[in-house]
Amino acid sequence: MTMNLFNQFLSPTFLGLPLIAIALMAPCLLYPSPAPWWQSNRWTTLQNWFIGSFIKQILSPINTKGHSWALLLATLMVFLITLNTLGLLPYTFTPTTQLSLNMAFAVPLWLATVIMGFRNSPTHALGHLLPEGTPTPLVPTLIIIESISLLIRPLALGVRLTANLTAGHLLIQLVSSAAFSLLLSQTTAASLAVGLLLLLTILEIAVAMIQAYVFVLLLSLYLQENV
Amino acid sequence: MADRPVPVVEKRLMDVKLGELGTWMGGRDFTPNGLLSSVRRGYERYYNKYINVKKGGIGGLAMLLAGYITLSYVWEYNHIKHDRWRKYH
Repeated sequence: MTMNLFNQFLSPTFLGLPLIAIALMAPCLLYPSPAPWWQSNRWTTLQNWFIGSFIKQILSPINTKGHSWALLLATLMVFLITLNTLGLLPYTFTPTTQLSLNMAFAVPLWLATVIMGFRNSPTHALGHLLPEGTPTPLVPTLIIIESISLLIRPLALGVRLTANLTAGHLLIQLVSSAAFSLLLSQTTAASLAVGLLLLLTILEIAVAMIQAYVFVLLLSLYLQENV
Repeated sequence: MADRPVPVVEKRLMDVKLGELGTWMGGRDFTPNGLLSSVRRGYERYYNKYINVKKGGIGGLAMLLAGYITLSYVWEYNHIKHDRWRKYH
């Protein structure tokens, strides 16, 4: 039984076809495109409201030049939130538990902000490596520390998303198998486990949305520094 | 009130008699473009019936998600069948 714990994270295949491709396309099918007429249906209105308010909030600290990133950030947010929440349904596969996918999101986008910063104003970008008001003897050490913290950002972005979702799914599987096996013999313990499972599920739904938000927020912060 | 005779191939699937099913299947468009257009038409039918209405409820989305769950179950069955309770492992 122990070896089955991580089986849920294996990339699923069916008759040799990688199902992760279909799992990745699922968000596209769930969002209707806005119609050219004035009043659209409820779902499209809801979707437009959500994307509009999200973009307004996330682009407010960024100057006008960075607003060209609006489409990318909105798409990323919607995609991640959908992938995370769809993965909470029974028997579905969450592509964001794969480190490869999250690194594929984090590294190019972070690198884009860094390269943009170095191209537009190199001195300003390099100046980020030294916080204001540091005492002179500390300067070399601090520059090394700040550059390490800069280089570790994509790793942190990707691993944060992966680890949060993987840990959540794993906990749900553990607690549910505990509740199931205790159900007949020790019913009180099983009911405690079911209560824990309920709380855990609520937490997982929250984490799914929050992690997507944090990913995009941090990216927008890196953008704000460099644009 | 007899209906006008319609060629078998152009009938909708629910109107085709069982005996005519072979002719009907043979006459359908199985080219990639044809398959794509039939998928597109199916999507538009579902969308316009359940989602693109003025007061759409949760039912339209819930049916999609239920279909996604069953499809995922079918795809993962070969993997999940090892998780059954057994007396001897």
